[in-house]
Amino acid sequence: MASAFDRIADLIAETSDVPREKITPDSHVIDDLGIDSLDFLDIVFAIDKEFGIKVPVEAWTQEVNAGRAPAENFFVMKNLAIRVEELVAAKQAPSV
Amino acid sequence: MRLEYFEMIDRITAVDDNTLTAECTVPAAEGNPVFTGHLPSFPLMPGVLLIETMAQASGWLLLHRLNFTRMPLLASVKEAKLRSFVLPEASLEVHATLVHDGSGYAVTTGRITSAGKKVCEVELTLRALPFPTPELAAMVRGRARALGMAVAEPA
Repeated sequence: MASAFDRIADLIAETSDVPREKITPDSHVIDDLGIDSLDFLDIVFAIDKEFGIKVPVEAWTQEVNAGRAPAENFFVMKNLAIRVEELVAAKQAPSV
Repeated sequence: MRLEYFEMIDRITAVDDNTLTAECTVPAAEGNPVFTGHLPSFPLMPGVLLIETMAQASGWLLLHRLNFTRMPLLASVKEAKLRSFVLPEASLEVHATLVHDGSGYAVTTGRITSAGKKVCEVELTLRALPFPTPELAAMVRGRARALGMAVAEPA
């Protein structure tokens, strides 16, 4: 199975006009890849479907806007992949 | 329908967490400014207004899901297919179905039939934002009641 990073990068390339080779682990989705908020909605929808999760974009945005977390935590590709892996793991964890 | 006021839905006949069905009747052509221009001597319901009708049905579905706490606004239109002409005074049945409930957005499909025949369909993305004004929130709740939806007063 491809890594979360590769799967997300493939989704971005399929969903937007960004060439796959331009997407690196250090790419900032907005600043480097030029993804606007509407394209990002499409990408989030694709990630939600691909991984069977609900990416909490609103909560992330609130954390950034409130200064509780830097935007890089969520919007740099390698970190986005980690966040997605965390969401997948949380979904698979047995509930108590 | 009151096209010039963008009141596209006449009555909501069924709604649950995932689907909504509504009815509407296209107004007569005579004296209607939309049909004066679209089209002269051949009045035809504009396709963009059919898409708006499906978007409004999806919006009412999301308002129901959100218990009228946020305002759904159209963000994208995909795979729109306009299969047949819609003439003045046509009766339409409008269907909205939830495809995906995301964080701050939702994806739906819309579909319109008339006399059992497919008229059009579309995939829509709507953002769910805080109501920009309390007046709009109150107006939307009032309009929902007029359309036949059950609406609880805000806490």
